[in-house]
Amino acid sequence: MKAEKQTVAWPLGIYQALKQAGVKQVAYVPDAGHSQLIKACHADREIKAVCLTTEEEGVAMLAGAWLGGERGVLLMQSSGAGNCINMLGMIAECRFPLLMILTMRGHWGEFNPWQVPMSQATVPVLNAIGVVVQPVDRAAEIAETVSAAARLAFSTGRAVAVLISQRVIGAKQFK
Amino acid sequence: MKHRKPTLDRRVVVAEILKQRGDALIMPGLGAPTWDCAAAGDNPLTFYSWGGMGGAAMMGLGLALAQPRRRVLVITGDGELLMGLGSLATIGVQQPRNLAVIVIDNEHYGETGMQPTHTRYGVDLPAMARAAGFRSAGTVYTSSQLKTWIPRFYRKPGPMFCSIKVTTEDAPLVLPARDGTAIKNRFREALLGISEAYK
Repeated sequence: MKAEKQTVAWPLGIYQALKQAGVKQVAYVPDAGHSQLIKACHADREIKAVCLTTEEEGVAMLAGAWLGGERGVLLMQSSGAGNCINMLGMIAECRFPLLMILTMRGHWGEFNPWQVPMSQATVPVLNAIGVVVQPVDRAAEIAETVSAAARLAFSTGRAVAVLISQRVIGAKQFK
Repeated sequence: MKHRKPTLDRRVVVAEILKQRGDALIMPGLGAPTWDCAAAGDNPLTFYSWGGMGGAAMMGLGLALAQPRRRVLVITGDGELLMGLGSLATIGVQQPRNLAVIVIDNEHYGETGMQPTHTRYGVDLPAMARAAGFRSAGTVYTSSQLKTWIPRFYRKPGPMFCSIKVTTEDAPLVLPARDGTAIKNRFREALLGISEAYK
């Protein structure tokens, strides 16, 4: 079964955690692991779900959202982290809160070798640019991790990235 | 492609635009557009930018979505906009009616030694914006064209895009505050009120 066809409970848990945190703007570059969550956000009239051409657009967009008084979240797969680095410097310097949720590619059971280098670099580069990284590798703990990350981000003015393990999502099947 | 030499002065252009700002929210791109906005008069509802190159239009989008009743003017440079061309497509899809993206286009990277940008060789940013779905887009070469466009920035339904061709004439440095946290907090206090800004 392809990952994008799966129906699992944890994406809805993230959606509810985001609603509770008062998130109004959802910026994303699609990932199969986020597909259910993206669908739920588009179906919600209180949420502005914005598809991006590259992840760094979302970093800038959510800084603008915060200036305007709205909270947001940025969804991507781990390969997008590298696209954000310089823009994340602005987030750090201005102490903008930024909540990011990354689905990991390129580690647990990966088939595509080209996914591995950025996957392995994700945590070091995010740390290097001042993002607090919170990995989670059990489905049951994802929603509470997102809630905690949202509180940390919005209450302390910091970028916080929740990294959802490929162990939870399942590696992409090439068949 | 025949090149038309720009004649407008960037400081005069930006001052003319901001004279009519009312309660609009201003998002300058880094470098000269930030100095131009500072030179036009300090205002807490201007988010002076010292970094994040390529992000000004998207910051404008996030702000415009958060504040649909306020006008948002992104005032940025050609080099800055060229670094985030994908954002034209993202904005075109979102169709924010309250957003104007204005490029103060001197056709050069002014902060790094005046190397020509792609617009110097005819890359047509307004045509790209139009193709991406902006409601209106145009290029301004003269002060009478500028007079026609300024009221549109504040009243016409967006998203709109305008490239204003200016000379590479050096303007005196007018540097605004550069503490990002202070600029951000001052903006939010002025827009949202103190209690909301620090909730």
